Amino acid sequence: MKVGIVRFPGSNRDREALHAVQDAGHDASLIWHRSTDLEGADLLILPGGFSYGDYLRPGAIARFSPVMQAVTKHAAAGRPVLGICNGFQILCEANLLPGQLVRNASLAFVSKMVSVRVESDATPFTAGYRVGQELRLPVAHGDGRYVADDPTLDRLERDGRVVFRYVPQSPNGAMHDIAGITNEGHNVVGLMPHPECAVDALTGSADGAAMFAPAALAAAL
Amino acid sequence: MTRFKGRVRVMPRAGLLDPQGTAVAHALGALGFAQVGDVRVGRTLEVLIEANSEPEVRDRLRDMCDRLLANPVTEDYTIDTVEAVT
Repeated sequence: MKVGIVRFPGSNRDREALHAVQDAGHDASLIWHRSTDLEGADLLILPGGFSYGDYLRPGAIARFSPVMQAVTKHAAAGRPVLGICNGFQILCEANLLPGQLVRNASLAFVSKMVSVRVESDATPFTAGYRVGQELRLPVAHGDGRYVADDPTLDRLERDGRVVFRYVPQSPNGAMHDIAGITNEGHNVVGLMPHPECAVDALTGSADGAAMFAPAALAAAL
Repeated sequence: MTRFKGRVRVMPRAGLLDPQGTAVAHALGALGFAQVGDVRVGRTLEVLIEANSEPEVRDRLRDMCDRLLANPVTEDYTIDTVEAVT
């Protein structure tokens, strides 16, 4: 499988994402945000960071990068897209996922290990987990509080589209303790924690590795 | 074509937790402004734009707000003023 990791000005942990997918045995390449060609990628990752300095709102300007038209087309075709942290924010701003990520309730930047519960295994990125499984993953964000209106939250809960939930509670004040969600087609997933930084026990947790495991991802294509 | 300056105010939606506003309210209380109740923090944008008329400027500003300047999930916007500038 070929994985494309989209790089925006201000992206970070993009190389961690590259290593995570390469360690899982995939071909992977970095795609510059000005490119309109996804270079044949089967699967896309929008990494974390502070694209365009988070000016205006996190992800608000990155969503108009030239590459985003191709990303939107890829998602509309039902192909997998994973947005991590800033990538999640960009997917929300691009309306590929509902809701928005706003300033943490504490106003503090949180950088620590958290626990999330897998709420859905019906996405390409969670097929390697079982529902109810708890993962230790790092978070590092200032704008991670997930908000959406009540009808949207009801729909996400009812349709099993909450993919990850913080336990015992969110570090940022997220509604319904939401850490990650998926779209209607279940092919686009966004989450605030960093699975790409939890693929080796040496760094404190390897719980993120299954998100990039080839078998699960291949089954999704 | 005339040059206009439009002033747009973007505020967090009423009812949505605004931690920045709460922090500022607490700080004002600590400074002795005991009468302060709720504070909300938003942003103002000034946009210079060429157009034929003020209604045209307002239309364009609304379009800008809908597409970029405000997020409809969490923010409301108001076009405060549009004035010709020389």
